[in-house]
Amino acid sequence: MNISLNITKTIQELLQGFMGEDSAYYGAMITVALIYLAIFAVAGLYLVLLERKVAAWFQLRLGPNRVGFWGLFQTMADALKLVSKELTGTVKADKFLYNLAPYFVIVSSLMALAVFPFTQGFQAFDINIGIFFLIAISSIGVIGILLGGWSSNNKFALIGAMRSGVQTISYELSVGLSLITMVLLTGTLQLSEIIEVQKNGWLIVQGHIPAIIAFCIYMIAGTAETNRAPFDMVEAESELGAGFHTEYSGMKFAYFFLAEFINMFIIAAIGTTIFFGGWLSPFGVTESLPWLGVFWFLAKTLILVFLMMWFRWTFPRLRVDQLLTLEWKYLLPLNLLNIVLMAIMVWLGLTIQF
Amino acid sequence: METITTTNFKSEEYFINMGPQHPATHGVLRLLLTIDGEIIKKVEPDLGYIHRSIEKMCERDSYQQIVHLTDRMDYLSSHINNEAVCLTVEKALELEVPERVKVIRTILGELTRIASHCLWWGVMGMDVGALTTYFYGFRDREMINDIFEETCGARLTMNYNVPGGLMFDIHPNFVNRTKEFIKHFKTKIPEYDRLLTGNVIFEKRTKGVGVLTKEDAISFGASGPVARASGYSCDVRKHHPYSAYNQVNFNEALATEGDTFARYQVRIQELWESISIIEQLIDNIPEGDHKVATNAVIKLPKGEYYQKVETARGELGVFVVSTGTKNPYRMKFRSPGFSNLSLLNHISVGGKIGDLVATMATLDLVIPDIDR
Repeated sequence: MNISLNITKTIQELLQGFMGEDSAYYGAMITVALIYLAIFAVAGLYLVLLERKVAAWFQLRLGPNRVGFWGLFQTMADALKLVSKELTGTVKADKFLYNLAPYFVIVSSLMALAVFPFTQGFQAFDINIGIFFLIAISSIGVIGILLGGWSSNNKFALIGAMRSGVQTISYELSVGLSLITMVLLTGTLQLSEIIEVQKNGWLIVQGHIPAIIAFCIYMIAGTAETNRAPFDMVEAESELGAGFHTEYSGMKFAYFFLAEFINMFIIAAIGTTIFFGGWLSPFGVTESLPWLGVFWFLAKTLILVFLMMWFRWTFPRLRVDQLLTLEWKYLLPLNLLNIVLMAIMVWLGLTIQF
Repeated sequence: METITTTNFKSEEYFINMGPQHPATHGVLRLLLTIDGEIIKKVEPDLGYIHRSIEKMCERDSYQQIVHLTDRMDYLSSHINNEAVCLTVEKALELEVPERVKVIRTILGELTRIASHCLWWGVMGMDVGALTTYFYGFRDREMINDIFEETCGARLTMNYNVPGGLMFDIHPNFVNRTKEFIKHFKTKIPEYDRLLTGNVIFEKRTKGVGVLTKEDAISFGASGPVARASGYSCDVRKHHPYSAYNQVNFNEALATEGDTFARYQVRIQELWESISIIEQLIDNIPEGDHKVATNAVIKLPKGEYYQKVETARGELGVFVVSTGTKNPYRMKFRSPGFSNLSLLNHISVGGKIGDLVATMATLDLVIPDIDR
């Protein structure tokens, strides 16, 4: 199998055959964006279905099983319903910001998807600051949540939004620092090169003890970053009703909802890329077939997604002050120590290389 | 320029309505919250959204009919509510019901308590954010409901007691199914513990939250698991036994901490005690009639009568003033939920919104019981 190194470049070369260089460049960008949009909107829907099925398995239920075989079209039908629903809102809402908020959230999650290498060269956008880009982009989403909660003129929504602001800003530190710990091993921020490095063993093996600590911190902070239980302060159902999206309906609500699931996928995908070798197969079993990398990437990501769902359906929710205590008093100092530990290890050459 | 000290920064208190439609209030309770940021400054319960004037309706109805109304008060302890009215009427008429009736009433009462606590456990988990508990609690409650359905014909509003005994005899399957349930449920309580009790987050959320001292419990008139978690021994079954409770050995579940976790543990302990009570009685249901004959129209002698029972929530008192007619002159229910709700402001001020929800979950409020 000969897949070109960069799908954007491939499409661009294809388009250059019948249009100018500039228009081919933009044409390729738009085409890739549309493909990603379509694929991940559907993927988000199926993550919702997966969540509902996983929840059902945990809860002695069957889950959706009426629409399509095994309920496969359930979330499609839900999405169609949401599209056709009337968009309601509060009279005294700040209309402009109220309407703008969902787009911040959904755009930030979709943009983050651009940099993931799904297999060798199968990547839309291979920039040399990959991880930095991911951290930066994923923090834009919180603006949408803050705006949505604030502008909808509802106190419950406002409390939810403020909690979200506090939570996301705090946990961003931990996500960033745990990734930096791993960057010490790779020496590069570019995602494709990070995977190259892992051909000598996945980073969680290479970095052993500090890497495992970093992974645990990453999963905790990542779950918090996506505002999922046990850190779902933002929409704590029993406390705030629906939290920041109380006043949203129809497709605008669906954007928030979809963004949550795509964010979950992104957190799992970053985890896979940084800690578990991305599209690399375990022990290099399918090294001769690079296109199987997509399978390995998705399999590893879905395992992490399942882990996050497992958290959600078994843990109670933390209180908002406990959430901050956990981050600032435990995770952050531990993280800083862990970076030092990792630096010493790399310095002394104590990493495991195959 | 003014020097900046902490006093220059004023935080503003604001006011939100929790309810009447809110997931944590489990019904149509409205709480007027005064909040500073996340910290609760004041909680004012506002009642009246489900008031059906049951006490007034009682003055219109005959005593057999009143039994039916009480189902609609604390619908999770409907059997015990029915029993309370029947016991009051029997006390007034000086009617001695057969042993069989007493034992069956006790077993049904304890099954009701288990069912109610199962639902409470599920909802408690849900209030602190663990959604899965709900389904585990309901799985076990469903089995009890099936037993009730077979014997009483109803799953929620039992109407099985009548003054003088029971409406029908128990279903032939009743004993076996109850034994089956007990066997099943004994393996499930440890599962409850594994899922929720030992969880670090759960303990953090509940320990030291909503602390109620013994003195306050007594002065607010708390009863049931809420008061017992503060170390106030007030189990009506123990102190003023009715039906067959004087024939069985059981411990009163007590704790001393008085916080949300203690209330949780008292209820879990009560599940074990209820199982033990049922186990002692289920094999020894005496033979005999399921009812003693009463007049078709029951007229209580002139006077005032009071009987209290222990529902799943605490002490339910039934007070009847009779003028010798077929209707009561005045009927008053002392519901456990009302006194327990009055505590809420006292124990939740200073906590966070999340604490309020957790505290409210362990008060185990059933709103139609508070708002009759």
